Amino acid sequence: MSLQVAIVDYGLGNLFSIDNACEMVGLKTVITSDIAVIEESDGLILPGVGAFGDAMASLKKDNLSGAILDFVKTGKPFLGICLGMQLMFSESEEFGANEGLNLIEGRVVKFPDLNAKGEIIRVPQIQWNQIYPNDPAVWSQSPLKNVKEGEYMHFVHSYYAKPVDSSTILSFSEYEGVRYASAVIKDNMVGIQYHPEKSSDEGIKIYQNWANYIKNKSY
Amino acid sequence: MDCDIILIKGSMHNIRIIPRLDIKGPNLVKGIHLEGLRVLGKPEDFARYYYENGADELIYQDVVASLYERNSLHDIISRTAKEIVIPFTVGGGLRTIEDIRSVLRAGADKVSLNTATIKKSSFIKEAAKKFGSSTIVVAIEAIKQPDGRYLAFIDNGREETGLEVVEWAQRIEELGAGEVIITSVDREGTGEGFDIELIKKIANTVHIPVIAHGGASSLENMKDAVIEGNACALAIASIFHYGAINKITETARNMEEGNNAFKDSGKIFKIIKPSDIGTVKRFLQENNIPCRPINSK
Repeated sequence: MSLQVAIVDYGLGNLFSIDNACEMVGLKTVITSDIAVIEESDGLILPGVGAFGDAMASLKKDNLSGAILDFVKTGKPFLGICLGMQLMFSESEEFGANEGLNLIEGRVVKFPDLNAKGEIIRVPQIQWNQIYPNDPAVWSQSPLKNVKEGEYMHFVHSYYAKPVDSSTILSFSEYEGVRYASAVIKDNMVGIQYHPEKSSDEGIKIYQNWANYIKNKSY
Repeated sequence: MDCDIILIKGSMHNIRIIPRLDIKGPNLVKGIHLEGLRVLGKPEDFARYYYENGADELIYQDVVASLYERNSLHDIISRTAKEIVIPFTVGGGLRTIEDIRSVLRAGADKVSLNTATIKKSSFIKEAAKKFGSSTIVVAIEAIKQPDGRYLAFIDNGREETGLEVVEWAQRIEELGAGEVIITSVDREGTGEGFDIELIKKIANTVHIPVIAHGGASSLENMKDAVIEGNACALAIASIFHYGAINKITETARNMEEGNNAFKDSGKIFKIIKPSDIGTVKRFLQENNIPCRPINSK
């Protein structure tokens, strides 16, 4: 029986490319907002674009947030992408303060208006940016294991996460002089700010490694 | 690492190189000033070729959709999105939230809006709220007036709006667009060079990323669009298409409609000096303009 991954559908964002990437690495997917389907899946992906507050409101409305927390507690693999990664944190400063899923302690903040030279920082950051390991030992036991240090990934975001515990940082990147966590890892959870599903073959490797993790429970 | 250290260093982004594919019916076409369309081949073949050769994103623009109020791109979008693992923007004739939704569902990552947003600017706000700002690119088609002003046009440069482009760009940003693509209709398809003055006007007005489009010519001119114009990305059609056309063999077959005389003649369009993504990126890097290297694919 092939493994099934649930992609949480809460009315935000475009799920085509994530679905397509999963298919490319042999994962069977179901795009769903059905809590029972989420429970019985072997892996869970929380996607998302748009505003943090709206996203949390949608997740809470149907108690999808509860289903996600329960899923993570089972120890099965969980992956947050882009806004989905930010939602894993305790709170965001987007349009005032908003509570997140609090799976990883930390805060989501906006890029500053100006860089150190006093120049305006363009947001969203839209570019192919490089990713670097925080701790090579962690990187080698993660979905990034065979991705080379300094590889380019596609980024689109205006906010970034600041984990309290820096050992949760899997990759970091720099934008306009700000060095920030671009991927995080903790137990069975991985959060990725960039879009591996839009980052060519190197991005698909990340999905492949995550698929292997679902099968073997190790990277 | 220490989180959000502020490093003092250069502020330049990795410049994105974006092949733009104008589509009419089933065909990739190219015109001049957005008119006089010639058939060059199948869009999927060019898209795959550009993807494999280091494109950072792709744009599909249905160039007649907004004239006939139709959108025939869905099948082409789906076939492309299945195999192209880079961001992919689709524009042309998108007038309603439902139009956007259906294009995204077919596999586009972003949509480019123009005509509908000028006819009803609240559409940008509504779309950004619904799909996220980063999904909404607003296209400005600019034509320079005898008095030096740049005015925004719609319907592929056919209909004047009376809107001055700088004011319109400000408004677009306020309404929640995530990116703007500025097209010089005067330069489009001519190979006379990006209109640096126009690009600079827009880039210095808004804080969102600006994609320059229309007239890409020499490598030097592309550098100017970045250094002087402050563009974050370059959308390029003719010089890539005329470079790619001879390398894409299957494409000569199965043309269903349109003016094929040019393609079948085997000629190269004289004004345009063909190039390729690798050449452009190498040149930019040699000039200290960062971009994602093509061997990254």
